[in-house]
Amino acid sequence: MTASLAGSRTDLPAGPPAGLSGPVPRRRWSARSRRDFFVFLALAFPNLLLIGTFTYLPLINNIYYSTLDWTLGSASATVVGLDNYLTFFTSADAGKVLGTTAVFTATTVGGSMVLGLLVALALNSKVRGTTFARAAVFAPYVLSGVGVGLVWLFIFDPGYGVLSWILRGLGQQSPQWINDPQLSLAMVILVYVWKNLGYCAVVFLAGLQSLPKDVMEAAALDGAGSFRRFLSISVPLLSPTTFFLLITTMLSSLQAFDLIRIMTPLGSGTSTLIYEAYLQAFGAYNRAGYSAAVSVVLFVILLVITVLQLRFVEKKVHYS
Amino acid sequence: MTAPTAPAARETSQARDGGTPPRARAFSRQNLAATLLTGYLPLAAAVLVVFLPLLWMVLSSFKQPGEIVTLDLKVLPEGLNLENYAVAMTTVPFGQFFLNSTVVTVAGSGIKVLLAILTAYALVFVRFPFKKLIFVLILVALMVPAQVSILPNYILIAGMGGKNTLWGIILPGLGTAFGTFLLRQHFLTLPASILEAAEIDGAGHWRRLWQVVAPVSLPSIATVALVTVVSEWNEYIWPLIITDKPESMTLPVGLTLLQNSEGNGAGWGIMMAGAVLVILPILVVFAMLQRYIVAGLTQGSVTG
Repeated sequence: MTASLAGSRTDLPAGPPAGLSGPVPRRRWSARSRRDFFVFLALAFPNLLLIGTFTYLPLINNIYYSTLDWTLGSASATVVGLDNYLTFFTSADAGKVLGTTAVFTATTVGGSMVLGLLVALALNSKVRGTTFARAAVFAPYVLSGVGVGLVWLFIFDPGYGVLSWILRGLGQQSPQWINDPQLSLAMVILVYVWKNLGYCAVVFLAGLQSLPKDVMEAAALDGAGSFRRFLSISVPLLSPTTFFLLITTMLSSLQAFDLIRIMTPLGSGTSTLIYEAYLQAFGAYNRAGYSAAVSVVLFVILLVITVLQLRFVEKKVHYS
Repeated sequence: MTAPTAPAARETSQARDGGTPPRARAFSRQNLAATLLTGYLPLAAAVLVVFLPLLWMVLSSFKQPGEIVTLDLKVLPEGLNLENYAVAMTTVPFGQFFLNSTVVTVAGSGIKVLLAILTAYALVFVRFPFKKLIFVLILVALMVPAQVSILPNYILIAGMGGKNTLWGIILPGLGTAFGTFLLRQHFLTLPASILEAAEIDGAGHWRRLWQVVAPVSLPSIATVALVTVVSEWNEYIWPLIITDKPESMTLPVGLTLLQNSEGNGAGWGIMMAGAVLVILPILVVFAMLQRYIVAGLTQGSVTG
C-alpha cells in the first residue's frame, strides 16, 4: 500500500493540527477536547490493542525465541544466543532454502508481471466483453489456495491428470511432478502464476487506462506504430505501476504458503523461507527456536524490500 | 465469448472514437479478421486458461472412480452423480467444517469491519494528540507480514487455551490495519459541510458516525467487508496451526484432512467435490460483487 501522508485533512473542527513535530500551539484543555480524548480512545483502542498484541508483539517475541534452544511444547529452554542463526547459515539448509526462495520469488514475480501485462494489453482493446474478461482473469486471485492447489494437483497427476493425457497424446510420458524436487518447484510456480497474474493484469490495466490519450494520439500522428507507441510511451509511463507491482508481488511471493503446503506437503524442492519456518516448528521437528530464527531472516528481507519501496515512493517515480 | 457480435462492436468502437475519418468499411473481411485476432483471441485465451481448470474441477466432482481411473479420457461425467459429495461429507465432518468456516468468516469480518469503521472515524474526525503517529503505526502494521508472526501467536493463543477453539482462530486476525487504512482514506474525502451541519444540530460523535459518515460511505464499507470476507474464508496457515481436531477445523484445513485420507487415484473425485465446496461460495460472491472486491484488492495501485 502506498499511502500519501501529505494532503490529508487533519482535524475537522477548526483547531490546531496535532502534528508530531513543529511548533504546536498551546492547546486549550477544554471540556470538549477532554471529551474528544476519551471518545478517541473508546473508538480506536480495541483495534490498536489487537494490532499491538498480534502484530507488533510477535515481532519482538520472535527475536527472543530465536535465541533459544527450545522444543515446541517443552517447558524448558536454554538461551543459546545466535546459535540458531549460525546453524542456519552454516548448514547446507541456508543455501538450499535461500536459493529456492530466490528462484520461486524471481520466477513468480517475473511470470505474473509479464503475463499480467500481456493480458492487460488484451483487456485494453476496444472490443465487447472486456468487463467480463477482466473479472474472469481476476477470479483465481480471490479463490482459496487450498482448493486451487488440489485442482491443479489433480491436473498434474501422472496417472489420471489431464496433463498426463495431453502428454501421452504427444507420445510423451508424464514426469513424476511430486517426487522430483525441481519439477515440484516448477509445478508450484506455474500454479502460483496462474493464481496471481490476474491481479497484475488488473493493476496494469488501470495504469494503461490512465495514460494520457493526447500523447498517444500525437505519437500516432507522427507515424509511430502501435508496438513503437507501447515501447516508447506506455512502458516508461507505466513505471510507477510496474514498481508498485514489483514490490507487492515480491512481498506476497515471499509469503506464499497455501499452494506449497497443499501441493508439496513435504516441501523437498519447495522449501522457501516461510515454508522452512513452518516445517521446523510445526512439521516433524518442533524446533521452535530455529524456526523463529528463520522467520526473523525472512522478516529482515521483507523489511528491506518495504524500506526500499518507501524510499522510492518518496522520490516519486512519476513522469507527470 | 460473444464472437458473433464482432462487427457490431467494431461499429460502436468507431462511434466512440467520434470523428475518425472513414477508413476501410467496418464490415470488411480484413477488419473482422483483425478484430478477432488482436481483440478477441487473446481475451478468449486468457478466459479459457482461467476457466478450464475450474470447469474440470466441477466436471470431475460428478465422476465416479471408474470414470477417473480409466484408460481413455472421459471429459463429461456420465450423469449428475452426487456420490463424491456424499462420500466427502461422511469421510470427514464436512458439515462441521462448513459451519466453522461460516462462523469464523461472519464473526471475524463483522468485528473487523466494525473496528475499522470506529478507528477510521476516530483518526479522521476526533481530536487527539498523537494521531499522526498512530496512523503511521497502523500503516507499518499493514506491511508487517502475518506469516512471520505465526509461532509467537501460536504460543500466545495456545497459552490462553485457544487451541482448537473458534475464538482462537478468530482473535489474532481481528486487529485491522487494511480496513482502517482504506476507510480513513475515504473519510478524508468527505466534504466537511455535511458534518458541520450535523454538529450544529447538536449531534455527538456517535450519531455523526452512524447517521452521517457511515451511510454516505457504504460503498467503501462494502469494499472492506467483501475483501475481509474473502480473506477470512480462504485463511489457511493460522487455522491449520491452531487446530488439530476436526471439530474445530475450517474448510481449507478440513480439505487437507480429506487429502490425507483419499491419497489414491480413486479419491480425486471426492477431493474435487471438496474443492468445489471451498471455492464455489467465494466464486459466487465474486461473480455478484466483483467490482467492489477488485477495487478493494487493487487499492493503492493507482494512487501511488
